[in-house]
Amino acid sequence: MKKMRYLDNVVTLRLDEATCIGCGMCPRVCPHGVLELFDGKARIVERDLCMECGACARNCQVEALSVKAGVGCASAIIHSWLTGEEPSCDCGGSSC
Amino acid sequence: MSEKKSCCPPKTAPENPAACCPPPKAADAVAEKTACCPPPSLRERPGYRLWSFVSGWMNTEVGEIPQVRTKLDWGDRVGRWQMRWGLGRMRYRIAPGLYAVGRPDPQSPVLVTANYKMSFDALRCELKGRHLWILVLETQGINVWCAAGKGTFGTDELVRRIRATGLERLVSHRRLILPQLGAVGVAAHEVRKQSGFQVIYGPVRAADLPALLNGGEKAVTLGMRRVEFPLGERLALTPVELVSMGKITLWAVLILLVLAGIGPGIFSFSAAFSRGTTAVAVYLVGVFAGAVLTPLLLPWLPWRAFSAKGALVGAGLALVILIASSGVGLFNTLALILSLAAVSSYCAMNFTGSTTFTSPSGVEKEMRRAIPLQAGALLLAGIFWLGSGF
Ligand code: SF4
Ligand code: SF4
Repeated sequence: MKKMRYLDNVVTLRLDEATCIGCGMCPRVCPHGVLELFDGKARIVERDLCMECGACARNCQVEALSVKAGVGCASAIIHSWLTGEEPSCDCGGSSC
Repeated sequence: MSEKKSCCPPKTAPENPAACCPPPKAADAVAEKTACCPPPSLRERPGYRLWSFVSGWMNTEVGEIPQVRTKLDWGDRVGRWQMRWGLGRMRYRIAPGLYAVGRPDPQSPVLVTANYKMSFDALRCELKGRHLWILVLETQGINVWCAAGKGTFGTDELVRRIRATGLERLVSHRRLILPQLGAVGVAAHEVRKQSGFQVIYGPVRAADLPALLNGGEKAVTLGMRRVEFPLGERLALTPVELVSMGKITLWAVLILLVLAGIGPGIFSFSAAFSRGTTAVAVYLVGVFAGAVLTPLLLPWLPWRAFSAKGALVGAGLALVILIASSGVGLFNTLALILSLAAVSSYCAMNFTGSTTFTSPSGVEKEMRRAIPLQAGALLLAGIFWLGSGF
């Protein structure tokens, strides 16, 4: 089965290659293979697969990565529109 | 009869010599062997219940640690089923702290997980025959993925829990194995700075843990680090989705029944009933199309936006119903197509929160475009439907 994709060109992921020290952490923690290491530098190879989970940015010790991480659930976003708070959701699921 | 079966004497006859419980003095040796009565240092406390997955206790440097079974029992399975359907989902938590699998020693690995019982169950049933420690973090009974997103499964809680449990005295090494999805909330370099422990991100699924435990970090393949979203998982999420629609559904049913009664005679109860039940049925079909069918058909539906996929499924289902029924008039036809598409589209859009590949930026963009359309379609459908009542 082909990999499911979501909307193109919406993702807020940014990588500052100059800052990157090539520690290799971000490719390891990314659940969608968005980042890869080439010649001692991280590179964004599949930008549109990014789900903005924020794992890469949080685990980059030199802050070369940035992303507006959050939850992608509609009811939480509606709630945040109405209240002006940050979206958050009570999601379940069996992933662990 | 009953005296033979239950070896502990009833409280009313504590001095019964026939009971198999030896007098307190000889207790220690015999009780260990026959284990027929709980030892005096009873772990029973009023109002507290011991989980059935605890098989024994280990005396360690940092106190007694419960040993857990690596097999799920009946209660665990019933609980899992309840979770699936969203019954009491929020309260399925276990106490945070240290647990032991087998008879671990100071060199044994330490696995970290959330105190959502389903996560804990998924973890321990992959650990058969192993000896290791499990450090359970307080995530308020929420799974790793969501807790990491909220930050409860995070650097602070991990460091705090390491200190609170005395982990550095329990183990001689300084390595922790975290599920990869925990990386959303945990910063490995911060943990190291604050606690001295090195964080190793293991595979996404507990089922792949044996690879890591047997072969080290190199044995974790790229596939084990990727989140997929197969049919089984999509199916497992739909019940919760349906239950969460419950409250809106009640309101919708009520409103539809009232609206259905509106006609030439101002209000008619018979119309409210006949037309109302049809409308409710249509609504429920819409929910089914958006919350069950669309998630199942996800990869095969055109377009990326969930709202579009849902609208398509809803409209498609409407056509099927129209072909099967024998002419309902122009107004009702339009009302049916529009309302099914709108309801299905909305429910499908809600499913984005349950998937593992939708970005918040994308969802927000989709919603800004879809909600006005859904509302418009619903309004038109309502006008057509009410119009057909006259
Ligand atoms: S935000 Fe998440 S999905 Fe996106 S690149 Fe970073 S780790 Fe990968
Ligand atoms: S985590 Fe940061 S420093 Fe390490 S490879 Fe990725 S971008 Fe570079």
